[in-house]
Amino acid sequence: MSTITTPSETPHSQFSEKLKNLFEGSGEWLKTGIISLTGILVFLLIWSVAANNINTSLGAFPGPQSVAGQFQSLYNEHTAERVKEIAFYERQDVRNAKRMAADPTYQPKVRKYTGKETFIDQIGTSLITVASGFILAALIAIPLGIAVGLNKTLNTAINPIIQTFKPVSPLAWLPLVTMVVSALYTTDDPMFAKSFVNSLITVTLCCLWPMLINTSVGVASIEKDLVNVSKVLRLSALTHVRKIVLPASVPMIFTGMRLSLSIAWMVLIAAEMLAQNPGLGKFVWDEFQNGSSESLSRIMAAVLVIGFIGFLLDRGMLQLQRFVSWDKSSEVR
Amino acid sequence: MSIILDIDHVDMEFPTPKGPFTALKDVSLKIAKGEFISLIGHSGCGKSTVLNIVAGLHQATKGGVVLNGKEVSEPGPERAVVFQNHSLLPWLTAYENVELAVKQVFGKKKNKQETKDWIEYNLELVHMDHAMHKRPDEISGGMKQRVGIARALAMQPDILLMDEPFGALDALTRAHMQDSLMEIQNELNNTVIMITHDVDEAVLLSDRIVMMTNGPSATVGEILDVKLERPRSRLELADNPEYNHLRSEVLKFLYEKQRKVENIGSQKKNKKESIQRQEKTAAA
Repeated sequence: MSTITTPSETPHSQFSEKLKNLFEGSGEWLKTGIISLTGILVFLLIWSVAANNINTSLGAFPGPQSVAGQFQSLYNEHTAERVKEIAFYERQDVRNAKRMAADPTYQPKVRKYTGKETFIDQIGTSLITVASGFILAALIAIPLGIAVGLNKTLNTAINPIIQTFKPVSPLAWLPLVTMVVSALYTTDDPMFAKSFVNSLITVTLCCLWPMLINTSVGVASIEKDLVNVSKVLRLSALTHVRKIVLPASVPMIFTGMRLSLSIAWMVLIAAEMLAQNPGLGKFVWDEFQNGSSESLSRIMAAVLVIGFIGFLLDRGMLQLQRFVSWDKSSEVR
Repeated sequence: MSIILDIDHVDMEFPTPKGPFTALKDVSLKIAKGEFISLIGHSGCGKSTVLNIVAGLHQATKGGVVLNGKEVSEPGPERAVVFQNHSLLPWLTAYENVELAVKQVFGKKKNKQETKDWIEYNLELVHMDHAMHKRPDEISGGMKQRVGIARALAMQPDILLMDEPFGALDALTRAHMQDSLMEIQNELNNTVIMITHDVDEAVLLSDRIVMMTNGPSATVGEILDVKLERPRSRLELADNPEYNHLRSEVLKFLYEKQRKVENIGSQKKNKKESIQRQEKTAAA
């Protein structure tokens, strides 16, 4: 009989234990939540008081309320644009079908919808650009960083170059990148728009250095004993990199990746403003040039979105870092 | 007794900005198969350098090391090393750490099941079978060192090199580890070179104790044969007159003949010099 009572008891006590943990956990969460919320409320208060007292040539500086209103209208514009797009394609299909019926040899022409890009489209463009530039940079910087970290001679050779290019704002590269891309990227049927390639290369240029430096430092600072283990085992160069070097430097590599992603997001917005490349930066610049009474609140909305996306990107990288890092004991913040 | 390892007139110089520093001078030692050798000496005397030369991690400036008739020129698994601070890969479990070594050394010579059995056998040997799927940060220092020993044993080395394997452990754990090592040694009868600071450890475990003089130009000072019967028990040996005699021999070597004068600081330089002068007169 004891075999029957025991299992019925255990889940129950486990359950109450879990419930207790949940409440204790939620208490901590609740506390953090309340404190953060208070902080946000105080900020909103200061913002709205300050906004009421600033008058610009485009009217009063937008307070929280007008910005919140803009979020709604930006979203409405987006849905309206989508409705227009669908209607456009429907009209085109009908037209093509008619001409096909009249003349079976007719090759239907499909034209792309060229309406203006909405705020939400621009967010998508910026995110795709930053992701592509970041991945391209990682593909170059991590292998190169490993090579530099492993080889002192290579490090000595490359270090001055890295140190010179690292402090250069990628925006300084932008004119050069633009000219080089238009000179070299000349196909009749481009897979990517030139503006996209420009932004992408600019992002890559700024992501490269933090990743390269962190990877090489991570690789160079592997414990000597672990390297000796690899020597005693006579691991081949490739196995050495795969089994010892890479896992050992994963924490540093990810620190570099997080650093470069936040820089990349900042730089991308500026590059889009400067070069008029599609994206959130262009949205901000267009609104500024537009100069309507709503422009400032729309820009403020964009600023908040840019900040929030930057925050999400960083959190995402942090979660990824926590997931892949073997060193769970170290506090990753 | 067949000689398995021959350390032949080894000199070691390290380049420094002030010119070469001679760490070792004319170190010679022949080791028979199945022998347990302890290298003892003050810190900085070059014990680790000797071990690293045998391991192939350092290259001797003069002379050389011959293992089984072949000269040692690079590290290899036939000279497995147990490092002082375990040096397990922190991202792998105990099992995976041993597995890396077994797969590298035996490769396709063992099939999947044989590999698994061999890894588990070695972890059992060091009494780590209960925690073999834990990672190094989840187990204690002594347990890490056990896994380190299992990894070295799993390579089936011709000679096992141990660099102060228990130096970082507390006294009780160290005693446990010494007992475990004797137990393993009873079963496998490996050839071992162990570096130690601990006089009791040296006498308890060794067949021969090699005592090194102080550096620079350190060399083999005296060699002490330990003919105590095996298996040895630390409790029984505590009152054994021969054990105590051997112990005092090592102590005499370390603290009379090779007394180490520590450099305490520049402000005490004068004092130190006067002590050295006194020593010289005492020696004369």
